[in-house]
Amino acid sequence: MRLAHVLIAAAVLLLLPSGLQIFNAHPTLYTGETSARERAWLQIGSRERGESLTGYLRLGGREIETTGVLGWSGPAGEREKRAFPAWATLPGYQSLATGRNWHLAAAWLLSLGLGVYLAVGLASGRLAAVLVPTREMLRPRAALADLVGHLTLRFPPAEQGYNLLQRLTYLAVVAVALPLVIISGLAMSPAVHAAAPWTGDLFGGRQSARSAHFLGAVALALFFLLHMVMLVLHQPLRRVRLMTFGRGKDRS
Amino acid sequence: MTASRRSWLTGLSAAAAAALVSACDRIAGDPGVRAGLRSAERLNLGLHRVLFDRRTLAREYPEAAISADFPANGSTNPSDLDYRALAEGGFAAYRLVVDGLVDRPLSLDLAALRALPARSQVTRHDCVEGWSAIARWSGARLAPLLAQAGLKPEARYLVFHCFDTLDPEAGEQGRYYESIDLVDALHPQTLLAYAMNGAPLGIAHGAPVRLRVERQLGYKHAKYVRRIEVVADFSHISGGRGGFWEDRGYEWYAGI
Repeated sequence: MRLAHVLIAAAVLLLLPSGLQIFNAHPTLYTGETSARERAWLQIGSRERGESLTGYLRLGGREIETTGVLGWSGPAGEREKRAFPAWATLPGYQSLATGRNWHLAAAWLLSLGLGVYLAVGLASGRLAAVLVPTREMLRPRAALADLVGHLTLRFPPAEQGYNLLQRLTYLAVVAVALPLVIISGLAMSPAVHAAAPWTGDLFGGRQSARSAHFLGAVALALFFLLHMVMLVLHQPLRRVRLMTFGRGKDRS
Repeated sequence: MTASRRSWLTGLSAAAAAALVSACDRIAGDPGVRAGLRSAERLNLGLHRVLFDRRTLAREYPEAAISADFPANGSTNPSDLDYRALAEGGFAAYRLVVDGLVDRPLSLDLAALRALPARSQVTRHDCVEGWSAIARWSGARLAPLLAQAGLKPEARYLVFHCFDTLDPEAGEQGRYYESIDLVDALHPQTLLAYAMNGAPLGIAHGAPVRLRVERQLGYKHAKYVRRIEVVADFSHISGGRGGFWEDRGYEWYAGI
């Protein structure tokens, strides 16, 4: 499972920036089956304002100016029209083909990693033991104490196993967010959609699936950032050791 | 920290970041690395061929689902002289050539094409960029046409040569072409479409004839088709990877 964790982490770190590269090829998200303009709910773009260009993010009816980051970015004199900036995409320069090469290869890595993680985790009972909250944890008083502990940045030691918020978050990642991005990714494939139209119907159409794919990726990116912040905040060395070598007794 | 030291540090970290990014880009764009990544494409094709029924139809939609606005990508008005001449004559002089590894090479005008077993389908077109649109496509089914020409036993791929030059700077290699294998060629929804939404195919969408190969992305649906060449292997044609966009790094199997 530790190996699967490494596979999943590596895959997500490749999938996020290559996915943004792909997004940049058509930086608008819609609901429904097709990309009808009136069903757009998110758009990143640029427009001329007087002498200069400005980048914008349009969310529903609201528009935010995002020059320098979204829509119009890059070093002075070399600014480009692009939805996500060079530092956020793989590759940094604009190439849908290269982005797709990386994304479709890394998607195999993720599916493999998550498949092994879930198979081994379920078969060995480790997922149930480590990620599903215990009855004691869910008692209101204990749950409140865990929440207050997190808010005041006082965390239980790593050796005590995962606490309630950790368990709920990790469960949401492995059981909801990762399967969601995989299924919505498959739904966008015309060949998969022909053979299994339910993949598209699950989301209410291909463009809705594309939106769900993007939102799932945003959730995973936020999780990753929080995951790193928490690691650094609390016993980073001990946790990295636990992650890499396990708890000694029950190596799996 | 003094201002000069701060600016020096900022400069240094910016330079380090730039070096890192350019190193990443070099690896990310390296042709060998990308060829390795594209082994995922062979895996996808193999898996799709094994898992999915080869004759599974792409979903067909009700008339009401047809998109009011259907974008046109790639060439939308070819400036190639032979094409201009044909277009000005209302495509009366158009001939579709079917040759290569066939027993009986064909040369069909539009009337002959319209007389072939036809099909009409309302399907969704998915562009590699991410957009989708729905239209009704009507045209000659490819399978009966290939039966008429008679495929030789060594036939494996169909190469669609087109009228349009999409990248004039690339010379002969800038001309659009595409290729599909026999599984897709013989699929019941694979058409040489001559009508869109009940009207003759417009120039922006590939007049007079374009390929419909449902279950793959938009760039496989070659527009302005002039010749279908049946081959055993396409490595000797243009860039050698089986299509205009394939030669520029896109997957040959565009089922994903």
